[in-house]
Amino acid sequence: MQDVLFYIFAALTLVCGFLVVANPFSRNPVTSAMFLVLTILSMAGLFVLLGAFFLAAVQVLVYAGAVIVLFLFVIMLLDLQVEERQRYRLRNLLWGGAASLALLAALLEAVRGRLTLPAETGPPVEGDPGALGEALFTAHLLPFEVMSILLLVAMIGVILLSRKEAGR
Amino acid sequence: METLPWLLLVLPLLAVGGITWCGWRRQRPAVVARLAVGSALGTLLVAWWAWRQGIDARGEIVWLQAGGFTVSVGWLLDGLSRPMTLVVAGVAALVQVYSLGYMRGDAWWGRYFAGLCLFTLAMLGIVLAPNLLQAYFCWELVGLSSYLLIGHWHERVTAADAAKKAFLTNRVGDLGLLAGVLLVWQSLGTLDLARIREILAANPEALGSTATVAGVLIFLGAVGKSAQFPLHVWLPDAMEGPTPVSALIHAATMVAAGVYLLCRWFVLLAAPGSAALEIVAWTGLFTALMAAVVACRQDDLKRVLAWSTISQLGYMMLAVGLAGDGRGPVAAMYHLSTHAAFKALLFLGAGAVIHALHHQEQNIWKLGALARRMPVTFACFGLATLALCGVPPLSGAYSKDAILALAHEEHRTGMYLLALVGSALTAFYMVRVATVTFLGPAKSQAVDCAPEAPGVMRWPMLLLAVPTVLGGLWGIDEAYGRVFGVAGEGGGSVWARFVGPWVHAPGVALAALAATLLGGGAAWLWYRKAVSDPLDESLGALGGWCREAFRLDALYEGVLVRAHDLAGSACAAADRWVLAGFLIRGLHGLVASAGRLVRRVQTGNVQIHALFFVAGVVLWLWLMLAWE
Amino acid sequence: MSVGLEHYLAVSGILFCLGVLGVILRRNLLNLYMSLEVMLNAANLALVAFARYNGDLNGQVLVFFVITVAAAEVAVGLALIVALYRKCRTTWVDDLATMKH
Repeated sequence: MQDVLFYIFAALTLVCGFLVVANPFSRNPVTSAMFLVLTILSMAGLFVLLGAFFLAAVQVLVYAGAVIVLFLFVIMLLDLQVEERQRYRLRNLLWGGAASLALLAALLEAVRGRLTLPAETGPPVEGDPGALGEALFTAHLLPFEVMSILLLVAMIGVILLSRKEAGR
Repeated sequence: METLPWLLLVLPLLAVGGITWCGWRRQRPAVVARLAVGSALGTLLVAWWAWRQGIDARGEIVWLQAGGFTVSVGWLLDGLSRPMTLVVAGVAALVQVYSLGYMRGDAWWGRYFAGLCLFTLAMLGIVLAPNLLQAYFCWELVGLSSYLLIGHWHERVTAADAAKKAFLTNRVGDLGLLAGVLLVWQSLGTLDLARIREILAANPEALGSTATVAGVLIFLGAVGKSAQFPLHVWLPDAMEGPTPVSALIHAATMVAAGVYLLCRWFVLLAAPGSAALEIVAWTGLFTALMAAVVACRQDDLKRVLAWSTISQLGYMMLAVGLAGDGRGPVAAMYHLSTHAAFKALLFLGAGAVIHALHHQEQNIWKLGALARRMPVTFACFGLATLALCGVPPLSGAYSKDAILALAHEEHRTGMYLLALVGSALTAFYMVRVATVTFLGPAKSQAVDCAPEAPGVMRWPMLLLAVPTVLGGLWGIDEAYGRVFGVAGEGGGSVWARFVGPWVHAPGVALAALAATLLGGGAAWLWYRKAVSDPLDESLGALGGWCREAFRLDALYEGVLVRAHDLAGSACAAADRWVLAGFLIRGLHGLVASAGRLVRRVQTGNVQIHALFFVAGVVLWLWLMLAWE
Repeated sequence: MSVGLEHYLAVSGILFCLGVLGVILRRNLLNLYMSLEVMLNAANLALVAFARYNGDLNGQVLVFFVITVAAAEVAVGLALIVALYRKCRTTWVDDLATMKH
């Protein structure tokens, strides 16, 4: 059952991911953003399969909820015209394809045999909110607090950047 | 006792440092004068003390050590270097005192005296050198200080050129000396005088097949410094320097260095199977005759003296060359010592004349009748002239007689006769210059109000007149004879020395006196009343040729300048085509094209940058995988 | 063959390469940015898979932090894009070659 679910979610993830980056039918950013939502949702499914329940929830909340909405807002804000040059350029396609295929070959080669992967040991860890919270607030308290400062700085930066400059 | 001789080297060095420190230009001239004269008199005192005590010792400090090779500096006082030190220190001290008057008001007072002290230091370094390396670098120091002093009035182009010429001509000889030093070191493994003597005493063949080459190379150094043919061209030009400097150069320091070097390192020249001495003798004889001929046709007071020096040095070289067969260069050292006195006196006298005429006139055909106005100068100059001509009982007669007798005893009849001819020529040109300058009719108005030399210049001349007159009676040759292991036959009493030549070799003495009288008499007859040179017309083109020293300068200039130009254009071509064309422009082109190639990568397009980034990551990943 | 770590890693790798393809292929800055997000998520997936198979919760903690940072990064990045658009009136990478020397 779990294997079947994995295949379903994996296929969904990859197909949607492909449609995000290289949709052959639409170059519209909105379409890409929609497929990115789907990718992230199916990946949350994979997370659940891996026992990372809390992360799956966070993934949906933060990415699908916040990030994608942000993307959509910006897309609408910029109000981009559909242009002729939205078509893919063959040169980019070739070079990008070659580069990513080479990278893929290297990664798969590593995964397939060169690395000694850990065998499954003991019972799978459950990434429920309690366990994760305990880890966060004990062992990783300092990075957690630093992260809050990072978010604050990002917030201030964004306000500064997106503010209309005085005098213009 | 052991440390006192160090003062001989340290005092001039301190003076050089002190003068440089406190008065390079015309600052504090009194301090400079005190330092210079004080050090010179101190050196003289130590030299006198060493000579009286008969110090026979050496002192050395290790200067640097590299593996088994040690370079030491120090002093070596023995029978040869003691009197030579005295001569050098004495002439140097008198010249320093004399310079106080001659150089009064000079703009570069401090530099002048610093140069004199450096000159003295360098020469004493050669005289006292216990090893060949110290002799060599002091040799170079002599070259440097001569450059500084000859070019003292460097605002004058001729003086600057003369300084350069002296320096460069000497470099040619110095190169030979350096090669000789290296050759000796290679074949004997040491440069120490005592060690070399031991080695050569134990095994006279130690130099082997290089004996002639080493001897000739060392002689080449002496050819440069002692102005022998063909490197004599610098000496007449060196008259551009101040006259006291000329006196110093000609009497005690520079040109004497060459002869002294050969006498000091005579063992290296006299190795069996070496043809070096033969070459030395013939070079000397040729130089003596040639310079004497040229001197007869010179009109410049100082130039006559310069050519006369070259000629006398030729005699000394002849004496060195004839000193094989265990004789030792006694006659050469004898003539060197007496010559130092009377040649210095001649130059100081000439300097007094030039000084009296406010450094304006040196042409003897513009002078005349100075005997009345400058009686002391005339007396000194006249005595020195007679000594140089070889009129007994003045010192020059005895030392020159020793050389002639040597040639006669060696059964070198050709050399002997040619040397006699040179002797006659010597008398001719010396009487000529003295007569025209001091006795003949006044040939310009400037001479009518020429004052006698001031005391500071007069006293050194009078002091130098003493050895000029009496030098032949002091037994200098006997002292040198003991050094070289050939005891003199004089017996020691003044009377025995006085009549020595007439007893020893009456024929030679008579012939020498006849030659002197012949040459001197001819000059007296021709020039006593002359207003212009009567020989100018009768000799015609030949006279002009002699006057210009056989046009050797022009020849050198032609050949050297041509060769120099050729080498220059070759260098220019190499620079243009190889350096600028190939290396610089080629490298520049390479770098530029490489840059142009790399610049294509820097498009500014994010995606192309990303592509390169990914390519780098892939490459790295594959490398890591291949590494496993 | 039962699903193991290598399957997850393969999915993660393929997804990452898809992101790379998008970064090089897409010329709109917004699309490019989304491709970057895909790559980030691919890395997250690999991390969670490793955490699961190593039996170590710290991998998930790291993913949590990555998500947080990614949120901040998206916010700042999009703000930059907006500012850039205001300045240059374009979101096309072809037009933005100021990095060229």
